[in-house]
Amino acid sequence: MFKFTSCLLFATAFVATVGLAGPGARAADKTLTVYTYESFTSEWGPGPKVKEAFEKTCGCSVNFVSVADGVALLSRLKLEGAATKADVVLGLDTNLTTEAKSTGLFDASGVDVSALKVPGDYKDDVFVPYDYGHFAVIYDTQTIKNPPQSMKDLVEGDPSQKIVIEDPRTSTPGLGLLLWVKSVYGDKAPEAWAKLKKRVLTVTPGWSEAYGLFTKGEAPMVLSYTTSPAYHMVAENSDRYQAAAFSEGHYIQIEVAGLLKNAPDKALARDFLKFMVTPGFQDTIPTNNWMMPVSETSQPLPDAFGKLVNPSKTFLMSSEEVAENRKAWIDEWLAAMSMN
Amino acid sequence: MLLTKAEMRRAMLGGALSLAGIAVFVGLAVFALLLSSGASSILAAVLEPYILRVLRFTLLQALLSTLLSIAFAIPVAQALARQQHVPGRMWIIRLMAVPMGLPVLIGALGLIGIWGRQGLMNALLLKLGMAEPISIYGLSGILLAHIFFNMPLACRLMLAALERVPAEYWLMASGLGMRPGSIFRFIEWPVLRSVIPGIAGLIFMLCATSFTLVLTLGGGPAATTVEVAIYQSLRFDFDPGRAVVLSLLQIVLTSVILGALSFLPAPGDEGTTAGKALRRPDGRLPGARLADGGVLLLAALFLGLPLMSVLLAGLRSDLMKLLREPIFWQSAATSLAISISAAILALLISMTLVSARRAVLLRRSGAMGAGAFFAAMGGASSLVLLVPPIVLATGWFLALRSFDVSAVAPLLIVAINALMSLPFVMRVLEPAFIVHKRRTQKLAASLGVTGWVQLRLIDMPALFKPVLTAFSFAMALSLGDLGAVALFGSDSFVTLPWLVYSRMGSYRTNDADGLALILGIVCLLLTIAGTMGPARREVAVHG
Repeated sequence: MFKFTSCLLFATAFVATVGLAGPGARAADKTLTVYTYESFTSEWGPGPKVKEAFEKTCGCSVNFVSVADGVALLSRLKLEGAATKADVVLGLDTNLTTEAKSTGLFDASGVDVSALKVPGDYKDDVFVPYDYGHFAVIYDTQTIKNPPQSMKDLVEGDPSQKIVIEDPRTSTPGLGLLLWVKSVYGDKAPEAWAKLKKRVLTVTPGWSEAYGLFTKGEAPMVLSYTTSPAYHMVAENSDRYQAAAFSEGHYIQIEVAGLLKNAPDKALARDFLKFMVTPGFQDTIPTNNWMMPVSETSQPLPDAFGKLVNPSKTFLMSSEEVAENRKAWIDEWLAAMSMN
Repeated sequence: MLLTKAEMRRAMLGGALSLAGIAVFVGLAVFALLLSSGASSILAAVLEPYILRVLRFTLLQALLSTLLSIAFAIPVAQALARQQHVPGRMWIIRLMAVPMGLPVLIGALGLIGIWGRQGLMNALLLKLGMAEPISIYGLSGILLAHIFFNMPLACRLMLAALERVPAEYWLMASGLGMRPGSIFRFIEWPVLRSVIPGIAGLIFMLCATSFTLVLTLGGGPAATTVEVAIYQSLRFDFDPGRAVVLSLLQIVLTSVILGALSFLPAPGDEGTTAGKALRRPDGRLPGARLADGGVLLLAALFLGLPLMSVLLAGLRSDLMKLLREPIFWQSAATSLAISISAAILALLISMTLVSARRAVLLRRSGAMGAGAFFAAMGGASSLVLLVPPIVLATGWFLALRSFDVSAVAPLLIVAINALMSLPFVMRVLEPAFIVHKRRTQKLAASLGVTGWVQLRLIDMPALFKPVLTAFSFAMALSLGDLGAVALFGSDSFVTLPWLVYSRMGSYRTNDADGLALILGIVCLLLTIAGTMGPARREVAVHG
């Protein structure tokens, strides 16, 4: 037996060394390390194009390190603390910026953001917005002929027409819906949730599960973004899935980036943030990240974007307010959603 | 003396090293987490009503899932054991390994394809004139999914136990003209009874720590497990101290409940065998054939239909395009390397633990220390399943943060995957190993066959199959695992499940379906490899 196990030991060591030895580090003059989320750097995401465009001008190489999503990005940063290798962190949203600032790891961006077109008048001297999207209920036109016209319609509508939502404890869109309902209903939010609960088919841990259930036809509605139909129109040439325009207005998600105090080459990091709001970067946003650009793109947006819901009003709570109340509001949500 | 002093010492030393390795690996992660968070008033925070409610639900659903999985597995395992020659038998056994290797979300979508609101079952019911669709969302959906994922596991382990029954028993049963009732009472039940506590414990732990299934099919936050709360405390809240305390709570509570069941009971005296081919006298009665056929058909449908829906979804994707993508091959290579390494490591640790536990048993010194050592090895190899991978990963991340974490990430993932599959591997290997040794050791000792010769002539032929099975088990588990990769993930390090989730996360559901199909096929191939070889290798050796 002992001999057998020592054989195994060698085999493990062998496989581990041969199979997992990663590619060696590349030598480059300057390297910019950008921490971001995974869908940004995937081959259909903006990452590869952004890297190519920026490397043309900076005389550096861009190294992306990607984690699952914006929340994981912040966790990663907290885990690494001052030892982080990141120069730039790209992909936090406005609900996370207060906590991100409280780590003390970020420095003022030094980027002029006054010309940017972001609904909800978002301004910040540390974080620079690079895209945004409004949360929206996406519905299947083959099943739903009269989509809800307002949050009130959604809350009070036919309970047999189901919606899949995401969990605010684990996902960004889930938190977005929580804040949206809170913005519309204020103190009456628990009552609204108690009513909406009857239409909720299930609450998934993240966007992928919810959207998967929706496109498999399990529920005719899902919480997603106003830009989601653009994907189906552009990439799949299908009008089937549409966003419902709510008369009260829509809650916005703004994605931002910031540079780190300890970045070895702060000038380079700052150049990247400046580049981020130019067409070289912004061109990649609409049809790669499926979000709205914050400044001019070199080409007009595809036609599909003209057909998207353009919210009459934008809700946005300050990052401080969200950080302060998130726990209490989630508890409120839990109580309302756990009632029978 | 069955083991020489040196062999005994070596076995004990190996077990002690493995045990220490597990303890250090888990302990360091926990320590790093606790260190980073001033453990202030954590206990009070944990004993809030929310957590108590979550605990209650966790235990309730895990208990029900376990009972149902075991209850359904028994007749299926019996039927499979009785009908050695029914057509498609091997394929049912192979299919049973597929759910384990599928990413949970894909399995859930497959189930929904059959049991969901728009699923096959509702379509059938609608045809039969029932208007209101049945909804699986809620406790029923969670139970359904847990049975789908765990019944096959229970079934395979039970079948392995039933197939270890010496052929002489069946000859005897046949000679005595035993009826199926007596066969169950005197032969099958004693065997099953010795493995059920271990299997039940395993399933209970798997269900208690369930996360995606519980949230996705649970219908709302009333269905929340402690695992969700742990994940929650490491996400938006980023409170490592709380995560550790919740994990400890999960471990302590579950072990108390499992304490009632003794872990990994030593198999009863299964006696020696001349290794004659298995011939069951009770499978040939026409009534038994019909009943077994019915049970197997139902089991095949229950397992096969959701897998079929995964298959159909996968076939709708552009498989050729997926297979041409470099990232697919890169992630497939990474996944294979990780799962092979993890499986080897899990086998290695299990071997040392099994040998050491056997050495303790043989010594029967009765000393307190030996008993505790024995129990610790059994407990550690089981309870490790209750430590959430995200806790291990986060802890190690903290411990290593001043180094280049991405360089050691693959090794950490291998270690975490190996630990997670340890309880499965142990349950396949230990009974087989102990029975084999009981049957051959005296003879080998009297003939003076030791070392390599013993390994080659006596151990390898008999243990080849269980080792292969355990290996394919561990590999499949590791292949389907997403957990640990998510935290370390970087561009140069992509696994197949990670790729599946990443496609799903960017509207590319079709691609995800296709990749999941490929992953399922790989698991199936693994099981085919794991069930290869002549049914009874002993025949060649002893016969």
